[in-house]
Amino acid sequence: MTDATTPDTLTAGGATPRRRIKVNTSAIVMGLYLLFLMLPLYWLLNMSLKTNTEILNDFTLFPRDLTFANYATILTDPAWYMGYVNSLIYVVMNTVISLLVALPAAYAFSRYHFMGDKHLFFWLLTNRMAPPAVFALPFFQLYSSVGLFDTHIAVALAHCLFNVPLAVWILEGFMRGVPKEIDETAYIDGYSFGKFFVKIFMPLIASGIGVAAFFCFMFSWVELLLSRTLTTVDAKPIAAIMTRTQGASGIDWGVLAAAGVLTIVPGALVIYFVRNYIAKGFALGRV
Amino acid sequence: MEKTVNQKAWFLVLPVLILVAFSAVIPLMTVVNYSVQDTFGNNQFFWAGLEWFEEMLSDERMWNALQRQLMFSAIILAIEIPLGIYVALHMPKSGFWSSFCLVVMSLPLLIPWNVVGTIWQIFGRVDIGLLGYTLDALGIDYNYTQDVFAAWVTIIVMDVWHWTSLVALLAFAGLKSIPDAYYQAAKIDQASRWKVFRFIELPKMMGVLMIAILLRFMDSFMIYTEPFVVTGGGPGNATTLLSIDLVKMALGQFDLGPAAAFSLMYFLVILLISWVFYTVMVNLDKKGM
Repeated sequence: MTDATTPDTLTAGGATPRRRIKVNTSAIVMGLYLLFLMLPLYWLLNMSLKTNTEILNDFTLFPRDLTFANYATILTDPAWYMGYVNSLIYVVMNTVISLLVALPAAYAFSRYHFMGDKHLFFWLLTNRMAPPAVFALPFFQLYSSVGLFDTHIAVALAHCLFNVPLAVWILEGFMRGVPKEIDETAYIDGYSFGKFFVKIFMPLIASGIGVAAFFCFMFSWVELLLSRTLTTVDAKPIAAIMTRTQGASGIDWGVLAAAGVLTIVPGALVIYFVRNYIAKGFALGRV
Repeated sequence: MEKTVNQKAWFLVLPVLILVAFSAVIPLMTVVNYSVQDTFGNNQFFWAGLEWFEEMLSDERMWNALQRQLMFSAIILAIEIPLGIYVALHMPKSGFWSSFCLVVMSLPLLIPWNVVGTIWQIFGRVDIGLLGYTLDALGIDYNYTQDVFAAWVTIIVMDVWHWTSLVALLAFAGLKSIPDAYYQAAKIDQASRWKVFRFIELPKMMGVLMIAILLRFMDSFMIYTEPFVVTGGGPGNATTLLSIDLVKMALGQFDLGPAAAFSLMYFLVILLISWVFYTVMVNLDKKGM
């Protein structure tokens, strides 16, 4: 007994001071890193709550005359807030389309071998690697020629270029975790494929669908080059409208900052729910 | 998992195939089409063969942009990968603080890319930005619109700010999958902290790290919006990376032929390097890491 406990207490006694130091360095490292992440964001928020006079004339760490006028400007002017509406419309459209086509495909990849499956899988990934700059001009011409230019669906389809492969990859990763016996049992019980897929399989990978939806939403939301190229007025995204804060009297910094803060809000709202799956999503379902 | 051979699975893949064909293959063929033709306007095209490719390959402009691009990608990989691992090693493993860190670290990833540019454009300004103002107050000469070095530092710090969290999140996920028994074994062997990292944590993280490197390489290689918003490719051409150059050529000057040839070579370079990463990744997958 004593033989067994002595080394234990020894290591415990020896490790305690060391562990305390380790916890402290960890806290310091994380503190510094989070500070580095938050400072630019804080500065944006800070600016959005100031008047332009204060921004340009006094250098203040906190807004002295707290004002929400910049936000009011955006939320009352249709030219501004329609940008958010436009962005949300095409982002939601894109998410729905991506998931609808990706679900059966991911099921096929996770369950079956078929001719050319590996090549097809890699080819899908190559679309995620395609620089949007390469596709900007051809997209512009393609959607102009079919009469879809400056519509929400054009941007939604264009964003499918990188979101569909992403959704297929993420969903395939989650589906691989579901045992195949479940499929087989369901078929024996007389379920048709469609009924089985919707009633039994989809609830099982609900978290995967949620993560895939989140990532489609996010990548469509942050992209600007394609959405800007494909729109002029009716479907112009908020990110493109932001570049036009330059007025006769120079840039309206306060409004620009407020618009920036508002673009961060949708992502910040949903991130809490997927925090544990973010890594899995970025790793295309393979962590 | 055992997979069965079933050719009918093609029908399940068909919708994806049609959609991606419409949104990727048709545009890509347009690019190929332009790359081998020349035009004098009026929509009259004639065959130019590989002329544009030859022209682009002997063009200083593309090589310079490629050089800057490679330098940019190399620098940000060299900073973000080690820093990301370092941060992941210090993240709280569970509880409230773990969630807190995950959420805060994910924030930069969710910001529209031009807003990222705007944030840093403001942050670095000497008159109204915290960073620029502080540096100026410390007597450091910093002006990212005039000075090449400052411009580079700004876009690199911006990218580190934007994407290091991605590497950290992936590395963290890899770390969390290591069973406790490994650490206990290391403790019994009295392995040093470095040895634990080198022989337990690093090999176990290899799989996710490959994904992190692949993603960071791909995305940094096609970066456009963020540096464009901050520096506009300047001063001069100092921060004109490949995508910025390409957009200038295709949408700015409407040099369709050269731009198309440029696009194809650009895409091929990314494909080639990514394929190497992908092969390594799949092999690691097979080894069960």
